[in-house]
Amino acid sequence: MLELKGVSKSYGQTVALRATDLAIEPGKTTVLIGPSGCGKSTILRLMIGLIRPDTGTVYIGGDELTAENALQVRRRLGYVIQEGGLFPHLTSSANVSLMSTHLRRPKQQVEDRIRELAELVQLPMDTLDRYPAQLSGGQRQRVSLMRALMLDPDVLLLDEPLGALDPMIRAGLQEDLKPIFQTLKKTVVMVTHDIGEAGFFADTIVLMREGRIVQCGTLDDLVKRSVEQFVTDFINAQRTLIQALEGSSG
Amino acid sequence: MRVLALAAGVFLALAGCSRQADVSVGSKAFTESVILGEIATHLAEDAGYSVEHINFPGTRLAWNALIAGDIDVYPDYTGTIIQETLFSENLKTDAEVNAALAAHGIRMSRPLGFENAYAIGMREKLAEQLGIRTISDLKRHPGLRLGFSSAFMERDDGWKPLRERYALPHQDVTGLEHALAYQALDSDSIQVTDLYLTDAERMLYDLRVLEDDLRYFPNYDAVWLYREDLETRAPEFVAALKSLEGKISESEMIAMNARTQIDKVAETKVAADFLAEELRVESEVIEETLAQRVWRYTLDHVFLVGWSLLAAILVSLPLGVLAARSSSAGQVILGIAGVIQTIPAIALLVVLISPLNELGFRGIGTPPALVALFLYSLLPIVRNTHAGLKDVSPQLVESASALGLSPWARLRLVELPIAARTILAGIKTAAVINVGFATLGGFIGAGGYGEPIFAGIRRADYSLILEGAIPAAALAILVQLTFELVERSVVPKGLRLKAEG
Ligand SMILES: Nc1ncnc2c1ncn2[C@@H]1O[C@H](COP(=O)(O)OP(=O)(O)OP(=O)(O)O)[C@@H](O)[C@H]1O
Ligand SMILES: [Mg+2]
Repeated sequence: MLELKGVSKSYGQTVALRATDLAIEPGKTTVLIGPSGCGKSTILRLMIGLIRPDTGTVYIGGDELTAENALQVRRRLGYVIQEGGLFPHLTSSANVSLMSTHLRRPKQQVEDRIRELAELVQLPMDTLDRYPAQLSGGQRQRVSLMRALMLDPDVLLLDEPLGALDPMIRAGLQEDLKPIFQTLKKTVVMVTHDIGEAGFFADTIVLMREGRIVQCGTLDDLVKRSVEQFVTDFINAQRTLIQALEGSSG
Repeated sequence: MRVLALAAGVFLALAGCSRQADVSVGSKAFTESVILGEIATHLAEDAGYSVEHINFPGTRLAWNALIAGDIDVYPDYTGTIIQETLFSENLKTDAEVNAALAAHGIRMSRPLGFENAYAIGMREKLAEQLGIRTISDLKRHPGLRLGFSSAFMERDDGWKPLRERYALPHQDVTGLEHALAYQALDSDSIQVTDLYLTDAERMLYDLRVLEDDLRYFPNYDAVWLYREDLETRAPEFVAALKSLEGKISESEMIAMNARTQIDKVAETKVAADFLAEELRVESEVIEETLAQRVWRYTLDHVFLVGWSLLAAILVSLPLGVLAARSSSAGQVILGIAGVIQTIPAIALLVVLISPLNELGFRGIGTPPALVALFLYSLLPIVRNTHAGLKDVSPQLVESASALGLSPWARLRLVELPIAARTILAGIKTAAVINVGFATLGGFIGAGGYGEPIFAGIRRADYSLILEGAIPAAALAILVQLTFELVERSVVPKGLRLKAEG
């Protein structure tokens, strides 16, 4: 479905991504995880053609991603960026329907689709006519997700979709999202830096460090069959934090 | 499509102000020149030609307009022609002057009679007491306080060479505004000054003009300068102009200047009365009511502001977008727009004459006013468009691209609406500045509120100045209010919420 072959990207002296091979399994959820600045967002941007690789090639459904076909390809991908990226001058429903309207899809069809998606992501109907400034953080993320799903893309790229939310809302939204991914049977690539969230969503976890992939596998693989000390350290860092807290309270 | 229609409209607005009158008379914007221009205007009407009269803020503009064919005639002084207009040709005799003018297709009439030279004067009583008759006599009184107009202090043919020529020993020499010199003489804070021979104020103050015994000052005989082709196009008019040769005496000119400057009688009326008396030529002086005048100024003013602003918006928006897209283009565009802003209006108007002529437009009147206002309006709009687009957060640009919007659709649907408030603020700034700047239309015959303002300054007539200044201020406020209303419909509600919340 989605594949990187020998793809690398640098910004001046900074190497954002070293030459990397990565195949994303169709219909499954792949989670990219790793410390801040390790190149997670860079991989998503390369996949959707927002930036061009310095070396290597991105393949989508077997086709090479080029500057020429990027616009077409993007309409087959849904993308939710860190912080949501809703347009402040448009209402929720206008945000969601912006692209369909631009492509002159029939009005009724667009409206039906919005209602269907609002139900799917459990967004209250009365928030559809509000502007982003009038929404809660969780509602904004739901609207972003609706916008990404609007054209019924084959692939969803989610860059820390829950990053900006407080833990309670985040847990609730995690519960809501997982069945959505399962029922839609979409190929999902999600970025997070929370190992628990990764384990919750992922069929495959891709652990990265300083622009390269350290290990790919299930959470179980990473815990029991880590290929490097870094993998264990990374997982333990979050786990020991929780254990330490539990220890002190218990 | 709409943009094309608008662009065509702007072009037609420019083209629409091509010359309509048979004869076009120019003046320099000071009382005497305007009165002479009005005399010429009445003569042309009397000879059956349609005529217009345009005042210029300086010799250079009037001369350029004359040789470009934008005007047909204006009054000037032989000294000015030799010392200023054609200074580089180093002319001496009348024959040389005539030949040099002919090379430009210009003819010069014989002197009209009076001279408007610089002269040196002092109060009659003091001069009598000290026994001063000539400039040379000043040498015997080195303690006298001298005060000269700033222009005279600076001119190449002003104070410095005068002092050398007469070897004047005076130490106490100050520069001051010409308008203040007479009062300074009266209060004895200065005792000797420069003056024009035909200054109206000479009537009010008892002044003695000192004889230029070493013949330092060149002749400043008043003459008509007119285009050669006028003789075939309007022969009766040229004949009428020539009939005034030797007819206007120094005392008559002083009296006419005084009627305008001191009694506040309009130049056109003074000119008409002179012709009635001197040549038995009866001319019609159109008397407009205050409301009619202000309405006419308003139409002209709104025309200038409206079209120049519209053209500036059409050009600045794409330039601002380009500047935001490419930082190297941005530097060049913002740099040029910034430099244009610093060009003084008069310089810009002088520079515009010949390119406008090349393009087939008039170099005076409405076209240069429109172009100058257009140029001055560019910077605020370009700058705000650039800033507004640069302010759109990178996350939003990325989201818009990721949706699959083309760069053009992204600009139209996302970036421009988000930048709308800033862009509109730029347009508002341009519009308000434009209302003020459009008064320069009064400089070059484009009409508008500048017309009474400059006439009022010339005649020291405050009520006339207010006729332009008050409506101009009112229009500026109206523009401001209109834009606040427009803002409500143009700036998306979602953005206004954010600003309030
Ligand atoms: N436009 C850019 N210009 C310069 N450097 C960049 C740019 N975008 C990313 N980088 C650098 O590339 C590296 C990888 O960035 P990337 O955004 O992929 O990190 P990330 O893994 O998503 O981090 P985070 O978890 O903080 O979002 C970082 O060192 C970053 O500073
Ligand atoms: Mg990131």
